[in-house]
Amino acid sequence: MAQHFDFEKPLLELEQKIAELQKFSKEKEIDLSPEISKLSRRLVRLRKEIYENLEPWQKVQIARHSERPNFYDYAPLLFDEFIELKGDRLFADDRAIVGGIASFQGIPVTVIAHVKGKDTKENILRNFGMPHPEGYRKALRLMDQAEKFRRPILTFIDTPGAACDLEAEERGQGEAIARCLQTMSNYKVPIVCTVIGEGGSGGALALGVGNAILMLENSFYSVIAPESCASILWKDPGKAKEAASALKFTAQDLLKIGVADEIIREPLGGAHKNVKQTAEEISKVISQSLAKLREESPESLKTKRYEKLRAYGEFEVKVQEKLDCEGAEK
Amino acid sequence: MFKDIFRKPKYITINSSPTSQRNLSEPTQVLEQTSTRKELPDGLWVKCPKCGEVLFKKDLNENQRVCTECSYHFRISARERLDHLVDPGTFEEWDQELESINPLGFPEYEDKLEEARNKSDVSESVLTGQGKIDGLPIVLAFNDEKFMMGSMGSVTGERITRAVERAIELGYPVIIFSTSGGARMQEGILSLYQMAKTSAALGRLAEHHLLYISVLTDPTFGGVTASYASLGDINIAEPGALIGFTGPRVIKQTMRKELPAGAQTAEFNQDHGQIDLVVERAEIRSVLARLLRYHQEGAGYGSTL
Repeated sequence: MAQHFDFEKPLLELEQKIAELQKFSKEKEIDLSPEISKLSRRLVRLRKEIYENLEPWQKVQIARHSERPNFYDYAPLLFDEFIELKGDRLFADDRAIVGGIASFQGIPVTVIAHVKGKDTKENILRNFGMPHPEGYRKALRLMDQAEKFRRPILTFIDTPGAACDLEAEERGQGEAIARCLQTMSNYKVPIVCTVIGEGGSGGALALGVGNAILMLENSFYSVIAPESCASILWKDPGKAKEAASALKFTAQDLLKIGVADEIIREPLGGAHKNVKQTAEEISKVISQSLAKLREESPESLKTKRYEKLRAYGEFEVKVQEKLDCEGAEK
Repeated sequence: MFKDIFRKPKYITINSSPTSQRNLSEPTQVLEQTSTRKELPDGLWVKCPKCGEVLFKKDLNENQRVCTECSYHFRISARERLDHLVDPGTFEEWDQELESINPLGFPEYEDKLEEARNKSDVSESVLTGQGKIDGLPIVLAFNDEKFMMGSMGSVTGERITRAVERAIELGYPVIIFSTSGGARMQEGILSLYQMAKTSAALGRLAEHHLLYISVLTDPTFGGVTASYASLGDINIAEPGALIGFTGPRVIKQTMRKELPAGAQTAEFNQDHGQIDLVVERAEIRSVLARLLRYHQEGAGYGSTL
């Protein structure tokens, strides 16, 4: 049975009512088409109204939806071919991050993606999309290859965060992420990062140092999970909804802040309503982004990526202490 | 950011001295403190959370806030550390004029900043500048845990990045003393990207063949461990310092069992290959000076020390 959210209840009720009327009119052979079409029109309106005005917390629910398409759902629709390559050559193959080489509209690319499972069994295998250090080191190995063979890098971000168990600590989770950040900033090939679901903190950022940051309409990208934020600040994980608004982490917020470069449209109600259509939109936006970046020289790709990072941060410059704001720098 | 995670277990020590009893009889005062700084009510005495010894505060400060009995390393402010480390009169502080704003309009953030400025003697969670150690010029950064748990916001990231960029211009090595709960949640995605910004700047430093020494001190966690603190050519830690990506409380919740004794300490991290050297506070200056000598200009292939 499909998973529905509270805010979708009015839609479900209306859909049910229409179905009942249709059934009734068929059984009793009574023409109810004026009523049915009236309700159908209302349904379209209501759908638009609800889905186009989603609260941050509702977007979080959609981004984490158990039926939300993951990288494996999109891969056959985005690429002519995808050859998965495994292992970090140091310890293991992490299933929460997958990678390989692919043909994107005929262009050879290196692809790195977080993958969450679709059911409990797969989620255990993939640690709920939470990578261990070996996942990040696999990503690094494959991205180094991209640099070596001059292939653009496409990353797909979808993780609640990096693995938070003792094994991850023992194998240097912090160092693995830090190394990704530093090395990605050095590459001279185009890097396009797309947040397809959940962008959870450092574990997401490790694949997020790009020339272009794209975000699906209902994805979010945050320094901390709203539940953790609420529990640290207000000692109440129940206030996650408030935290979700305060953290300003939706695709629309990030576009405004200047971290996201573009928003990729999703079908009404979320990507899971139509995977093919979503993949087409992703493909279109990545293709445009890549076309622009492929015109840049290797050196300029690196410099511009650095300058992009360099611009993140908002603060004020005080001429003298105790003096009022002299102007904010962006 | 994971301020609560670092609350260490409270230690109960049996000590027959009257001062210690006075402390135990007034527990409310003690509870307000973070565990490592259990100051006695009159402010003249401090009890060591490790061995329970009651120390004269003046003696403790003169000993660089290291317990004279058991060598427990108390937390130390950025300015105190600076005073102990840098050659007198050589330090020049940079970018003090950069101050945090509330870019997301996050609830209560301004109040927290104000509180942190009053509580500490720094204007943000990091202090940067240039100075000399044993006559050798270097660029330095010190986190201060009294400023919002040393968390990294836009100004923290900007100060560190500017310091590293200036080190490249000057051709100086960089030493960063970290202590931080991680990225600062009140600045959201902007805080998160300071991790990438500082790491990228250190990447540039590396391309210029300049040395970066990271000194990790108690506690270093989250986004700071996952950025500049882990990227040293040489990573040094203070004895007993808690260092990790995820805080111990969250790990405990994830694993549904107690962490083994000593997990996430400097020594644990060294055993697992993350730290080159564990160095006592009293030794750090001489160790850094020795390391710096190997990395002076012209100290490359064919030269002599």
